[in-house]
Amino acid sequence: MKHTAQTALGAIAALCAVGISVPATAAWEPVRPVEFIVPAGTGGGADQMARTIQGIVTKHNLMKQPLVVINKAGGAGGEGFLDLKTSGGNPHKIIITLSNLFTTPLATGIPFSWKDLTPVAMLALDEFVLWVNAEKPYKTAKEYVDAVKAAPPGSMKMGGTGSKQEDQIITVAVEKATGAKFTYIPYKGGGEVAVQLVGNHLDSTVNNPIEAVAQWRGGKLRPLCVFDAQPMAYDEQIADGKSWKDIPTCKSQGLDMEYLMLRGIFMPPRATKDQIEYYVELFKKVRATPEWQDFMKSGAFNTTFLTGADYAKWVEAEEKRHETLMKDAGFLASTGN
Amino acid sequence: MEELVNLFHGFAVALQPFNIMVMIVGIVLGVVIGVLPGLGGANGVAILLPLTFSMPPTSAIIMLSCIYWGALFGGAITSILFNIPGEPWSVATTFDGYPMAQKGKAGEALTAAFTSSFVGALFAVAMITLVAPLVASFALQFGPAEKFAVYFLAFCSFVGLSKEPPFKTIAAMMIGFALAAVGLDSITGQLRLTFGFTELLNGFDFLIAVIGLFGIGEILLTMEEGLAFRGGNAKINLRVVLQTWKELPAYWITSLRSCLIGCWMGVTPAGATPASFMSYGIAKRVAKNGSNFGKGEIEGVVAPETAAHAAGTSALLPMLSLGVPGSPTAAVLLGGLLIWGLQPGPMLFVEQKEFVWGLIASMYLGNIVGLLVVLTCVPIFAAILRVPFSIIAPLILVLCAIGAYSVHSSTFDVMLMLVFGVIGYLLKKCNYPLAPLVLAIVLGDKAEEAFRQSLLGSQGSLGVFFSNTLVSAIMVLGLIALFWSVIQQGYSRLRGAVA
Repeated sequence: MKHTAQTALGAIAALCAVGISVPATAAWEPVRPVEFIVPAGTGGGADQMARTIQGIVTKHNLMKQPLVVINKAGGAGGEGFLDLKTSGGNPHKIIITLSNLFTTPLATGIPFSWKDLTPVAMLALDEFVLWVNAEKPYKTAKEYVDAVKAAPPGSMKMGGTGSKQEDQIITVAVEKATGAKFTYIPYKGGGEVAVQLVGNHLDSTVNNPIEAVAQWRGGKLRPLCVFDAQPMAYDEQIADGKSWKDIPTCKSQGLDMEYLMLRGIFMPPRATKDQIEYYVELFKKVRATPEWQDFMKSGAFNTTFLTGADYAKWVEAEEKRHETLMKDAGFLASTGN
Repeated sequence: MEELVNLFHGFAVALQPFNIMVMIVGIVLGVVIGVLPGLGGANGVAILLPLTFSMPPTSAIIMLSCIYWGALFGGAITSILFNIPGEPWSVATTFDGYPMAQKGKAGEALTAAFTSSFVGALFAVAMITLVAPLVASFALQFGPAEKFAVYFLAFCSFVGLSKEPPFKTIAAMMIGFALAAVGLDSITGQLRLTFGFTELLNGFDFLIAVIGLFGIGEILLTMEEGLAFRGGNAKINLRVVLQTWKELPAYWITSLRSCLIGCWMGVTPAGATPASFMSYGIAKRVAKNGSNFGKGEIEGVVAPETAAHAAGTSALLPMLSLGVPGSPTAAVLLGGLLIWGLQPGPMLFVEQKEFVWGLIASMYLGNIVGLLVVLTCVPIFAAILRVPFSIIAPLILVLCAIGAYSVHSSTFDVMLMLVFGVIGYLLKKCNYPLAPLVLAIVLGDKAEEAFRQSLLGSQGSLGVFFSNTLVSAIMVLGLIALFWSVIQQGYSRLRGAVA
């Protein structure tokens, strides 16, 4: 019996090697449906990415077991992270993270750190862009910042997703870098923020590209600068003859702030090497599909892919940076409100 | 006229045999999902989303939206038969639908509910067809202050227009507000009222509260009254459908008013829940036999169902034209659009004409197919009530438990559901209305969020709620609704003095 199973496994491994030309390890494979936890609500950036991956896996038959997306958004994602933390040794659960991996435990004091999880892979980094309503006269980030400085302090409204999370961190950093003063208004989702900007209920936002691209294409919003070290890579025209690549970096506009958001995968604690390897290979296959590349292009993602020690090192550095940023902004749970 | 040409082109797309098949499959799956409490439209669509990836986008969205229609129709079934609303907007349907079923008029109630849903949805689709571009720009005028004003109006019309003692209504509503405040405070990012329990991070989910308050509470009450499940003598033939249809045209004013309320609330992203409550409250106040509302009045089923479906349908418009999902189900549909490479937003109507108008045409057809499917099943659904209580009660309990569990896959929620069941039983015994409590759980934190966003923007000045004609008009309407009975008394006294 055992022999038959081994032969079968061997055959599967051989098939994989021939079919996909990936080194066939086949050492571990899911035997039950895999839960894909999203520590955010339906319709947001992480949710869209998770559901895209689910679609790609189903369409290309990349897994023998189904991949089921589950939203656990409670407590700014704390619900999802705690679920993974307490599922030690369960390889049938993975989570996609956003910056709340760092910000939620820092801001709320929920007993959780990324070190409680097993890092698998960084899928991509999400960019942040400074947007204004297209009806407004500001053509560059500098013009806008000057206008904010000229207005009475706090009368200009910056909208963003969530409180004490990435959007507000960027807002505070912009205030520090320029001396301008905003009133930050938190909303539940990025799409809602973009629409509020279109309706002129806000003066600016730091939406991710995918949240605001439709409004840009519709001529309702204008991008001023991107919070990255270099311009985005995509040169396909979007609106008014401009592409993502034409948006200048904020640094070049005198706004010295860089921020990228992690879209990465983690497993519960005590995952074995084989199990991690299985998911790394799975996501390599996902990344190779045309659907994934289209998705990256539509959201102008930074497609850096990291695994293993490189990934863990990146996460560690990023956690330190968030701690500093949030401490400077006075967002830490221990220091009070 | 260009819209009409596009629409006919859309019908041509939707009437392809494959798409019609997809439509029927979607409706049937949707009804099944709607009947299982707790599973709900959003979860159902999410689970079945991968099924559609191999289809062309237009067929896929037709299938998903038909699952959505089916779930909307199906939600009314459990509300009427078992007093268990599957979705927030079915709550108001239970007020008169369930008493009707208890009187042996389940068939009539179901027919009225299905037909009204159909009328509401059809009205909303017609509106989408004709005024799509205008409506999108109207929705843009809604900032936090305007949203708060709409919620304010919903709460006020409930207090002022209800025939319950206003203080009992307010007391129940306050409990709901307190429960809604538990969890993460979205404005400051701090946790509130969780007392260190990680289970409470997410706050109290509306569905669990409702399954407990209504479903379990009702079973407890029935047990106390001697294990008899009233309504066993339901007439169960298709003639009931025709008879009810003869009655329905008499309520055309209620229907029309509910359609308008529904469309308005659906487009302003307030959603179907306030629409159904508001429509029910106003119908109760205005209708000739309004005092019979809550005892099994067919008009009390027509009003909320029409408004909820008009709102649910018109809520798809902001999703398509602005990319803002009006409901969890719409959010999942939005995810689907992105996977098929369609970017919702102002350009969708320009760049993806075939898709948009195919979808709109399928809304017409899907609703017709849906109505036929569910109406033919009315006798089967009504027959469920003939099963003895001692058999059906454990089944309902199991269904409720599964429903509560499936919301977050957590056994804690099942316990919570039982606790809510006991609370619901006690409140009913003391004659406290449950509806305001549920309304406050559903809309409480949204109202709070909109209120605080407005004040952040205005730097603390309450003047923001009267800063333009739109928001002032809604606020004044709310205040009138709140003090309606006082105003009415004053008016009749004035008339008395003059005479």
